[in-house]
Amino acid sequence: VERGTALVLIDQTHPFAPVAAPDEAAARRTLRAQIARLERELGDTVLAAFPHVRQQPGPRGSGPRILTLGELERVRDELADRLRAARVVVARRAELEERSRMLLEEMLREPERHKRVRLPVADLGERGCGAYSVRPRLGVIGMLMGWWHVKLSSGCPEPAPA
Amino acid sequence: MSAASDGDEPVEGTVAPALAAELPGLRLRWTVAADALGGRSPRALKRRLDHVSQRFRGADAVALRTRPVPRAYRAFFRQIGLDPDAEPPPAEAVALQRLMRGELHSGDRLADALALAILETGVPVVAFAEAQLAGDVTLRAATAGETLPTGDYAHDVPAGRLVLADGAGPVAILFGRLSDRHAAGRERAAVRLVAIQVPGVPVAHVDEALWLAGDALTEVD
Repeated sequence: VERGTALVLIDQTHPFAPVAAPDEAAARRTLRAQIARLERELGDTVLAAFPHVRQQPGPRGSGPRILTLGELERVRDELADRLRAARVVVARRAELEERSRMLLEEMLREPERHKRVRLPVADLGERGCGAYSVRPRLGVIGMLMGWWHVKLSSGCPEPAPA
Repeated sequence: MSAASDGDEPVEGTVAPALAAELPGLRLRWTVAADALGGRSPRALKRRLDHVSQRFRGADAVALRTRPVPRAYRAFFRQIGLDPDAEPPPAEAVALQRLMRGELHSGDRLADALALAILETGVPVVAFAEAQLAGDVTLRAATAGETLPTGDYAHDVPAGRLVLADGAGPVAILFGRLSDRHAAGRERAAVRLVAIQVPGVPVAHVDEALWLAGDALTEVD
C-alpha cells in the first residue's frame, strides 16, 4: 500500500513523466529492445542488398520525446514491415542472380542456342555497366556459318551532353 | 560557470530521474574548453579533417549505419520518435555533408572541431557559450510553457519534448536546434561541450569525442 502511495505522489510532482504501471514500463522496455534489434537487422539487410533496397523516410516526427506504448508499437511494426520488404527484395535479387548465373553458364556452353541474348553483369550481382552478349564471330560470316560466342562488353556509356 | 568541471576531464551531467528510469543508459557528459580560440580553423585541424575525409568514401557512408556507435544512435532515434532516415543522426549527417561537398573542412574552427569529433567517434557533441549558461546543463523533458530562445523570438517547446536545459530553461532540443543565444560562436571564449551517450555507446567514445573537440578548439596554429 505504501509503495502505491509513493508512486501516485511521484506522478503528481512530475506531470510530464510517463505515467505507467510497472508492467507497462517493462512492456516499453521490451519494445525498445525489439526496435533496436529490428534497426540492426534492417541496417545489415540494407547494406547486404545495397543499392537495391531503398529506404523511404517516413514523415517528419514531432520531435524527441518519450513514446507511449502505442507509439512504440507503431514504430516496431513499421520497422518490421520495412525489414520484411527489404528481405523480399534481397530474396528476389538472390533468385535473379542465381537464374542469371545459370543462364550465363548455358550461354557459355551453348552460345548458338542463345543467339543475341544479352545479360547485364548487374543481374549477376556484379558492379558496373557491362553485359555478356552472344554475338556471331566475324560478323556476317559467323552468322551465316553459325559461329557464335559470348562477349563481355565493359564500361558505362558516356554521359549525354548537357 | 559550473564548478563541476576543471575544464579538461569530462564529467557526468544530470539526466532527469524520470528520463533516466525510462531510458536506462542515456547519459550526459560534458567538459569546458576554457579558452576556445574561435575564428578560422588552424592548419593542423584542416589537415586532420582532410585526412579523415580521404579515408571516408561513399562505401563508408553506406556502411556507417552498421557500425556499433552510429547504429546505437539510429536505434535510439527510433526509440524517441525520430526517424533516422528522415532526420539522420549527427554522424550520418556529417558523412552526407562530406559526400555532397567533397570535403569536411569548412574553415570555421567550431564547426570543424565538432565535425572531427563526430566523424572520428560517432558521438555527437554540441557547444554552448559558457558565459550564457545559467548553471549546469541537464537532460530532461520540457514542461508546459517553456520556450527556446532563437534570434529575437522564442520558440514554444511542447511539453514532453526532450531538451537540454540550464537553470533558466531549454537551451537546445535533444539532437536538434540550439538556442541562438546559448550556442557557442566564433569569438574567443569559454565553451561548454556536451555529448549525449545512448545505450550501446561506450563512455570511452564519448570522452574521446569531447577531448577531440576540446583540443581542436584550443589548438594554437
